[in-house]
Order: sequence, then structure tokens, then C-alpha cells
Amino acid sequence: MTAVTDMPDVPRAARRPQMGNPVLRWLRTNLFSSIPNGILSVVLLAVLAKGVIGFVQWGIANAVWLTPANDSSACRAARGLGACWAIIPEKYRFILFGTYPFDEQWRPALSVMLFIGLFYLSSRRALWRRELVYLWIAVLGLISVLMWGGVLGLSFVSQDRWGGLPVTLILATFGLAFGFPLGILVALGRRSNLPAIRSLSVVYVELIRGVPLVSLLFMASVMFPLFMPSGFNIDKLLRAQIAIILFAGAYLAEVIRGGLQAVPRGQYEAADALGLSYWRKNRLIVLPQAIRHVIPPLVNTFIAFFKDTSLVLIIGIFDLLTTAKTAIIDPAWQQFSVEVYIFVAAIYFVFCFAMSRYSRSLEAHSAHAS
Amino acid sequence: MTTDDPRPPPRRRLSVALGSRELKGLFWQVLVVGIAVAVVVFLWSNTVTNLSARRITTGFAFLGREAGMPIADSLVAYNPRDTYLWAFVVGVANTLRVAVIGIVLATILGTLIGISRLSANWLLSRLAAVYVEVLRDIPLLLQLLFWYVLMQALPAARAAFRPIDGVFLSNRGLILPAIPIGRPQLWVLCTAVLGVAVFYGVRRWLIARQMRDGKPRPAWPFALGLIVVLPALVSVLLGVPWTIEWPELRGFNFVGGLTLAPEYFALLIALVTYTSAFIAEIVRSGIQSVPRGQWDAANALGLRRSFMLRQIVLPQAMRVIVPPMTSQYLNLTKNSSLAVAIGYQDVVSIANTTLNQTGQAIEAIALIMAVFLTISLGISFFMNWYNARIALVER
Repeated sequence: MTAVTDMPDVPRAARRPQMGNPVLRWLRTNLFSSIPNGILSVVLLAVLAKGVIGFVQWGIANAVWLTPANDSSACRAARGLGACWAIIPEKYRFILFGTYPFDEQWRPALSVMLFIGLFYLSSRRALWRRELVYLWIAVLGLISVLMWGGVLGLSFVSQDRWGGLPVTLILATFGLAFGFPLGILVALGRRSNLPAIRSLSVVYVELIRGVPLVSLLFMASVMFPLFMPSGFNIDKLLRAQIAIILFAGAYLAEVIRGGLQAVPRGQYEAADALGLSYWRKNRLIVLPQAIRHVIPPLVNTFIAFFKDTSLVLIIGIFDLLTTAKTAIIDPAWQQFSVEVYIFVAAIYFVFCFAMSRYSRSLEAHSAHAS
Repeated sequence: MTTDDPRPPPRRRLSVALGSRELKGLFWQVLVVGIAVAVVVFLWSNTVTNLSARRITTGFAFLGREAGMPIADSLVAYNPRDTYLWAFVVGVANTLRVAVIGIVLATILGTLIGISRLSANWLLSRLAAVYVEVLRDIPLLLQLLFWYVLMQALPAARAAFRPIDGVFLSNRGLILPAIPIGRPQLWVLCTAVLGVAVFYGVRRWLIARQMRDGKPRPAWPFALGLIVVLPALVSVLLGVPWTIEWPELRGFNFVGGLTLAPEYFALLIALVTYTSAFIAEIVRSGIQSVPRGQWDAANALGLRRSFMLRQIVLPQAMRVIVPPMTSQYLNLTKNSSLAVAIGYQDVVSIANTTLNQTGQAIEAIALIMAVFLTISLGISFFMNWYNARIALVER
């Protein structure tokens, strides 16, 4: 009782004046607020310092950065002590572009730039208009021309020779471009009141989501020739692309269905009252609202596909991960796979991190707006 | 009112009953189902023709034939003279072995990191954030290959790392001391499991009594008695030997102990670290979803911090955590099929070998689908049951 009455009647912050060095104050509140916290901070700092020093010694101080072409002797000498970054300048053309004809590699490089430009433009809120769809069609067409060639004086390059980063981007982007309309149709089908269409959609989504992507890819690579009339064969890359589209369609359908559920009933009823047909109702009233609701989870799904395209390694398609794995088969450089994996991981990380940052900013924006 | 109405309900003619809306619906359904059936028939007839051209008989008769494929790392006894069916069983056991242990470890690690993300300690929360961000944004297959390369780069058995006495880490994998489990040890373990079941009932009874008179009754003496003391008593009475088998280096390899092959170990590490990053985010958002007012109210009641966390915050956070956790568990199980990339023989890898040896593509893929659909349904069933138990009971 006395303790309470003895307390001076002032706000808490005023009783403990904020004095002293701001750095010390920051350390005190964030690292040493209590004794166990202080002990934890010291232990973590020690572990972190050991890790950072170890990495700097291996990755920077003792690393070999450049060697004469096709000579890994300097790297072998430093093995176990330092990283062999020299393997990257030695192999980067193969890792990034696979077996694409060496002199023509500006074409896949330009395609990668076009992809990045397309992603950037699609991320701008101000450009979310119908014209964006035409832009996608135009850019994807341009990329096809660049990669295949055969027109405009470009030599023809068969898709067997494509490889590396463009293949990863193609699998992911075309997977999204075709999987997205498919996902919309299936999501609408799953919420339709026509029993046959509803059950077909449910079976499709649950079957695809129930099995691993690896088995779908096996199916595409092994069973597809069995499914088709004899003599009819399509390319391995295209078969994998179809598997990825079917896979993407099922997952996107579930995300879009979430958005459809978030559209209030009144919107449907209002559209019905205006006498709009089913397709016009969905195209003009329901879908624009539904998709806006689920853009952050859509971006997250896209990150997941982007990573999942690496699974085509298992059926032997030359995406970025497969070219990396192939680059280190070379006996002279075989022992330096960790460096190559770190390089490729950094490329994947840059793409995925940018997308996840973007998704988070969208979430913050919509939280702010509502 | 309506029953008094003497008039029969108006009978409409068929063409009127099927108004334009229903007719349209019927048209679309017939169209879509027709296309689906046509596609399936087309694919099916092609497949039958192709299979007969290649002299492959359809059906599951091949499962009875001798498999002749070596399986290096298996939980159950297997040799290459066994049947394909048995090879499949070994594959399923291998998948379950990595999935179940992976789910348990990923949940523990993910929860710890999720809580660290919310720590007041700036360094700890930043480190946890970096861990989550890095692992989430790199493909799992790449991480798996990375871990596998690191495993292979470990020293040979002679120069194995020995972090603790009896534990060896070398390019032969991780070797741990083991306790051989025979029939007598199994009895003791059964007693412990029984003890857990009985304790569960006792706890419900204690809670029911507390609901009636409001007096808290400690449950831990029962837990101690049923789960620790009782099995220990059985062990002493039966005179069960609990010897520890220490691994030893003989020649180029280890004898005794429990060996985790490098493929298995790499797969487990990759799955656990990758999934734990996602679980950490789920746990963090779950805890953050509990309104501040709940903490403040618990504080105002003068509850202890551990009690507050256990009885006030976690039960509410769990409602947000459990549904997305289910899909992470399903993902981990499906991702275990990446094993095929490093040569760990899970069910997908064995089905793939079978497919190459026998050409029975449809049957092999159907078996994979059946196995994964069963596992998925099992996990969803369990998690839905658990979710219903912890769901908010509203009046």
C-alpha cells in the first residue's frame, strides 16, 4: 500500500532520464537489458565473430581469384585453406548459358534482360492495366524469336542447346503465364454450381497437389511418349514446361479461390442485378477484386515456382542448377563445387529476395490502405 | 396456410422448367465433361496401342517378380533377390523414416527460431531473420546438393571428426552410439507408451475436476509416476539389460552403433533446415497474432510469465499456427522425393528404378501417387483432428 502511495506521480519515462552516450544506451536496451540477455549476447557475438573470421579467411583472404585459363593448380594448392573463386570466371559462360553457341550468347543474355525488365514493369502498380497483358505477349514472343532465331538474320538454335539462367526464367515465366489463366478457370470451376465441372476441378487440384513435382516431371519425361500416338514426339523441354504449367495451375487455382471467397456476396448479387452474363460478371466485377486481394500470396507462389523449376535437374534439363552441376564434372575443377553452388545460390537468392521484398511491400501497402 | 390451398402446384412444361440458365449450365457441363472424357479416351487408347507395340503387359503382376536392385540403406531386411513389392515397401519405409524424423526436428528448430525472431535481444532476432531469409530464398534441391557435397568432402573414416566421445562424423556418414532394442527392451517401451496413454486420461480427469471446484491440481506427479517410474520398475523387475553399443573403427569402416548414411544425413539436414525457416515464420506470425491486450490482461492478473505463455498466449497462437503448419508438413513429405537427386532410395527413387527396369511406367507412377496421397491424407486427417481440438469453442 505504502509502496503505491510513495510513488511519485510522474510518467515512467520521466523518472528514468535518458542520459549518456546514445550508442551505450542502444547497447543497453538491445543487447544487455538483463543478465541472461547479456550472457546470450556475448556468446552469440563470440560465435558470430568466429564464423565471420573463418569465412573471411576462407572466402577472401586465402581465396584464389584468378588463374590462367584451364589451370587449376593455384586452386589445388590453396585447397582446404581458401576458396577457389577462379572457377567462376572460368565457367560462368557455361553456367549462365549452357551449351548455347558461344558467339551467339548475347541473345540469351538479352533475353534475361528482357525478362528482368518485364518483371520490373509488371511490379509497378501504375501499370496494372490491360496493356500489360499485350506487353507480356509481345515480350515473350520477342524472347522466343531471340532464343530460337531462324529469322531476321539470326541463326537457328535448337532448344536442345538452350541452358542456364534463360531456361530457368523461361520455365518459371511461361509456367506462370499459362498457369495463371488455367488457375483462374479451375478456381471458377471449383466454385461453380455445376456439379460436374466442380468435381472435375476438385479432382484436378487435389491430384496435382497430392503428389510431388518430381513424380509429375517423371511422368512428363517417361510417360508422355506413351500417351501420344506413335511417331508423335515433342521436345523434352516442352514436356517439362507442360508439367510445370499443370503444377502451377493447381497451386494458383487454390490461391485465386481464396481471393474469390474474399469478394463480398453483394458484389455478385449486384452484378446479377445488372443482368451481366457469367463471364462478364467475373471478368468485370469479381476477378479484378479477387486478384487484388491475393497479390501477395501470388507473388509467394511465384517464388516457390521459381525455386521449384530447379527440379528439372532430375530429368536432365539444362536449367541453371544443372549447368552448375555439369560445370564441375570437369576433373580439373571437380573439387570446387562448393564455390559454384554458392555462386548459383546467390543468383537464385537475388531473384527470390527481390520478389519476397516486393510481396512484403505490397502487404504493407494494402494494410496501410485498409 | 399453404396446406389449405386446394389447388395443386402449377405444373410447368419441361421446356419451361429447364430455363435458359439451367440449359446453359447443362450445355457447359456436357461440353467440359465431354472434352475431358475425349482426352482421357484418346490418351488411353494411345497408351494401350503403344504398350502392346512394346510388348509390355499392363497390371501389377510384375510386383511379384524378383527386383534385383540393390538398396544400400534400408530400415527393414532386404536383399536384391526379394520381390518388387518388397522393394516398394522398403522405399515407403525410407520415405517415412526421413519424413517423420524431419517433421519432428523441423518443428523443434522452427519453433526455436520463430521465438528467437521475437526476442528482445537484437542480435538474436537479427540472426534468426537472416537464417530465415537465406534458407527460404534458395531452392531446396540446391541446398541438398550443397550439403551432400559437404558430406562427401568430410575426411575418411580413419580421420573422422569426433565432436563427442563415441560420435563420428566422416564421409561414411554420422555414426552414433546405439542401444540395441530387443524383445525385453520393447516391453519396457510399451509400458512407457501405455503410461502416456493413461496419463492423458488422468489429466483430462484432473482438468474436469478443476472445472467443477476451481482448485488447480498438479499433474506432474502422475506424469512422473506413469511415464518414468513405472517403466523403470518394469525394467528392474524383468532385469532388462540396457547396454550402450559404442561404434568402433575397424579397418576402413565402423562396427557397431547407429549409422546415418551420408545420403540420409544430407537429406535430413536439408529438409529440416529448409522447412524450419518456413515454420519459424508461421510460429512468429502466430505469436504476433495474439492481441497485446491478452498479455496485458495476464500481467494484470499477476500471472507468472511461463504460466502466461503456456495457458494464455500459446493456446491462442496455436489456432493460427496449426493450419499452415499442416501444409508445411505435407511439403516436407513431398520434398523428401528430392532424395532421388543424391541417391537416397526413397519410394520415388525405387519406383523410378522399377520403371526403368520393367517399363511399367503407369503402374510405377500410380504407386507413387497412391503412396503420397495416402501419406497426405494421413497427415491432413491427424492435423484436422488436432485443429478441431484446439479450435475456439464459442458459446
